[in-house]
Formats: sequence, C-alpha cells, structure tokens
Amino acid sequence: MAHAFSLSRLRKPSVIPGFGLTFGFAVTYLSLIVLIPIAALVLQSASVGWDEFWRIATDARTVAALRTSFGLSLIAALVNMFFGLILAWVLTRYRFPGRRIVDAMVDLPFALPTAVAGISLGSLYAVNGWVGGLFDFRITYTSIGITIALVFVGLPFVVRTVQPVLEDLDKELEEAAATLGAGRWRTVIRVILPPLVPSVLTGFALAYARAVGEYGSVVFVSQGLPYVNEIAPQLIVIKLEESANYGPAAVIATVMLALAFVLLLFINLLQAWGRRRFGSVG
Amino acid sequence: MSAEKAFIPPDRQRPTEAPPAARAVSLRTRSPVTEAVWVRALLISVGLAFVVVFLLLPLVFVFVQAFKLGFGEYLAQLSEPYAQSAIRLTLLVTAIAVPANLIFGIAAAWAIAKYEFKGKAFLITLIDLPFSVSPVIAGLVYVLLFGAQGYFGPWLAANDIQIIFAVPGIVLATIFVTFPFVARELIPLMQEQGTGDEEAALSLGASGFRTFLFVTLPNVKWALLYGVLLCNARAMGEFGAVSVLSGRIQGFTNTMPLQIEAASKEFSRTAEVAAFSLASLLALLALVTLALKTFLEWRYADRLSSAGQSH
Repeated sequence: MAHAFSLSRLRKPSVIPGFGLTFGFAVTYLSLIVLIPIAALVLQSASVGWDEFWRIATDARTVAALRTSFGLSLIAALVNMFFGLILAWVLTRYRFPGRRIVDAMVDLPFALPTAVAGISLGSLYAVNGWVGGLFDFRITYTSIGITIALVFVGLPFVVRTVQPVLEDLDKELEEAAATLGAGRWRTVIRVILPPLVPSVLTGFALAYARAVGEYGSVVFVSQGLPYVNEIAPQLIVIKLEESANYGPAAVIATVMLALAFVLLLFINLLQAWGRRRFGSVG
Repeated sequence: MSAEKAFIPPDRQRPTEAPPAARAVSLRTRSPVTEAVWVRALLISVGLAFVVVFLLLPLVFVFVQAFKLGFGEYLAQLSEPYAQSAIRLTLLVTAIAVPANLIFGIAAAWAIAKYEFKGKAFLITLIDLPFSVSPVIAGLVYVLLFGAQGYFGPWLAANDIQIIFAVPGIVLATIFVTFPFVARELIPLMQEQGTGDEEAALSLGASGFRTFLFVTLPNVKWALLYGVLLCNARAMGEFGAVSVLSGRIQGFTNTMPLQIEAASKEFSRTAEVAAFSLASLLALLALVTLALKTFLEWRYADRLSSAGQSH
C-alpha cells in the first residue's frame, strides 16, 4: 500500500483501476529483462579498471573491428537511403503491375530471419553462385559481401519512413510551382525534396543503427578476418570464447553501445535541425 | 440496427484503395506535375531491380537450394533428429517468449496510455531500448549475470541451476530481443483512444477486469495481433543473442537458425540441403507473416497505430 501511495503522488488521479498492478509489473519486468542486465554490462566493463579498459578499447584489433562495423554500416545505410528514396517515390507516385506485391515485399527483411538471409546471400554471391559467378572478384567472404548483407537488413527503414510523408504531401504545392513556371526538376528539388529531409534522415538513422548491431546474416557471408573485415559483434563473441574472463567482451560491448548512443544523439540533433530548416512534416 | 450499421463515421471508413486519380499517373499521360515517361520508366526499373536483386532473389534461392536434391531428400533432411530437435526447441522458446512479452505489452500499454504520470516519455524510451542494442550484446549481458564467472554464476552452480548454454538462457535472450514489439504497437493506439470508453464502462458498474476484457481488448485486438505477429517472427528467427547463450550443442540447444549455421559449416551436398530445408521453413514463416501483416494493414489500417509501420 505504501507503494501505491508513493506512486499516486507522481500521477494525476484517475477512476480507472489497475495503475499499481500494471505499472508495477511493467517496470519490474523491464528492470529484470533489460535494465539490470545492461547495468551488469556497464559494471563488468568498469570493474576491469580504467587502464585496462582503455587498453582493450584502443587495441588495434578492437579499433579495426569498430571501424569495419561503423564504416560498412554507413555505406549500407547510404545505399539504402538512395534506393529507399527511389522505391518510396515509385511506390507512392506511379502505378505499375505488381506494385502492391513490391510494396509488401519491402518488409521482407523484418520478417525473414537474418540467418536465412545470410545463408542465402552467402551462397548467391559465392564465386560459384548465381550472382557471384557473374563477377571476376570475390564477394562472399569480403567487405562487399558484408555490405550486401547490411543493405538487406536495413532495406525497409528509409522506404517506410518516407512513404507516409510522400503520401501526405500536398499536391497543390507542386501545381503552384508548375503554374509559376518551374520546370519539373526544379519543382522536385525545391518543393518536394525539402519536406522529405527529416523522414529520410530518420530512416537513414534506423537503417544505420540496425546495421551496426547486425550479426546473424554477416557470419554467413564473412568468416571475419581480424584487422580486415571482422565486425565488432564478431569480435565480442570471439573475446567471450577466448578470454579467461568476461572483461574484454564487456569493454568492447560498452564501447559499441556508447558509440551507437552518441551516433543516435547526433542524428536526433540533425533531425531536429532538419525539421526546423525544412518544415515540420514527418 | 441496420441504420446503426449503415452509419460509419468518416474517420473509421476504410481508406480508399488508391489515392485520387490525379496522383496515380498511368504511364501514358503526362501532366505538368509528373515526370517524363522515360524518367518514370527508369525510376520504376531501378526500384524493381533493387527489390529483385536484394529481396526476391535471396528468397527464391532458399527454396531452389532446399529442393535441389528433390522433394524426398528435402523431407528426409527435415526429419533428421537434429533438425527435429531444433524445430521443437524453436517452438518451445517462442511459446514462452511471445506470451511473456504479450502480457508485458498489455500491462505497459495500460499503465502508459490510461494514466498521466511523470517520466512517461522516459519509460517509453526504455521500452524501445532493446531495438538499439546489438543482439550479440543482448546475449552477452546474460552471460555476465549467469555465466560461470558472472555475478550469479557461483550461486547458480552451487544450487545446480543451469541458465547459460541451456533453454532458460535461450528464452531470456529471445525475450530481450523481442521485448518492445507488442508494447510499441499498443501504446500509441491506446493513447489515441483515450479513456472515455473505459470510464463509461466503469461508471455503469463494470469491474476493472471486465472493462479491460470487453471494452479495451476489442478496441485494440488488431494492433495486438499485429504486434504478436512481428514478435513471433523475430522470436523464431533470432540468431545473434541466442548463439551467444546456447552453447550450440546439436540436438540439445540448437534452435532452427543455429542449426542452419551448424549444417552450413559441413561442406556436403546433403548438409547444404539440411541447412536450406530448415531455412525454407523459416522463409515460409516470413511469407505467412508478410501476408498476414499486409492483410491487417489493408483491412484494419484505421485500427492499427501508424507508429508500428517502421518495425
């Protein structure tokens, strides 16, 4: 009861029953499943001591893995931004046979397990695979293969964030631009694209964040060559299996989380700027 | 009764299928507010090519590889003991993880949508947190807690409780990565619906539980189903988090995605079929999920929250 009393001071009165029960359960479950385990990670990485933390975090192999993860994810997110914008445009503006099927297909990476995507892409792009055989350089087991897997997992984000904004865009603005003598290209670049900027950035950020953490599909297309194309999650798994204690794995994981957090913060600021600069749509 | 049925408030009407004709430009006409035919054709081709290369081809390839040695071999590989054990384990883990997150999702959405309290936005952010954590880290955090040298490791060993490299660890990892799905579908929708219906039911004498069951639940059932669908697909397909915690013992702690990896590492034609036959089951699950998802979005667009579209 003391519990319910202390909670009641933090919320507005309501006739609907069950606040103590549902709030209490939700917060307890959240703490047990998410918060306490993440706290354990931060604690564990702090327990190695500052010098050791710094040594692991700046170790050449760690830095190389982080660079691979964040670098290849950036390329993949940029590819998704470009093609995602085209796909969103085509799906909302044009009518062509199979449009609805393509629209539904875009969500495939959300539904298809990453291991399935990985094994399929790995074989497709292998030197003797359907697609890999067409090129005279290796794709599977190289950075190109990893990037392709990362493009796959992040594909839906830009499409799905831009699509609703494009649908709601006022057609009259374009008509006004055309009436005033603007050519189609000018209209697209000066009238249509600016309001899309915030949603494109959101989609880009989501695709980037998703790619940085990806593991399942990458292990099928790359065995993770240290210093070359090993991604950070792969290094965490290796450190966990190799090391005498959990310290190194925990440190790399904490650095990864911190970098991802800084990145999201930066992109949120960018989005806020985009919204101020280009209007509030999206 | 019939008069009541005939009246559908404008905001509840199903959105018309295609946007107004002015927007939907067929390839033949050219209005001042669309592009030249060749630009349209080029953009459509580029978009389609991207979808075919990155989405359609990998999907089709799974089934081609699975049936490479014929339907008989496909079935034979799926009835191998390791494959069978992986399928059973995946079903078991999903049967625990999805209901757990369903109950959490309903409780969290009720607390967040039906009351005003401080720190609500922060709570919502925390619920979304697992989406921004790498699956490998999701697995790692439980090793740090329950592993041999983890915080609870010695106590667990003394009491002979196995969490890591066993089913409880796999379940925990799966719950972590699928944590937000149901909650993030329900929260925006229930916030939008407000508390009017519930207050009416309560003032007419219904109990709190009755109100939830007969007033709130019918209002959110499609969004709930939508969330469960996505949660289920992710739970069955999770790889990274589970691989850290399972120990990957074939026949015991390998889920379907892990067994796919194990089989793909043996370089023989039958092992390849074994890997792709399991992959084909998960691909089938993905196709069913997509079909149901598309159907729900099309049929009940007004009763699903728009916030869930991007996950």
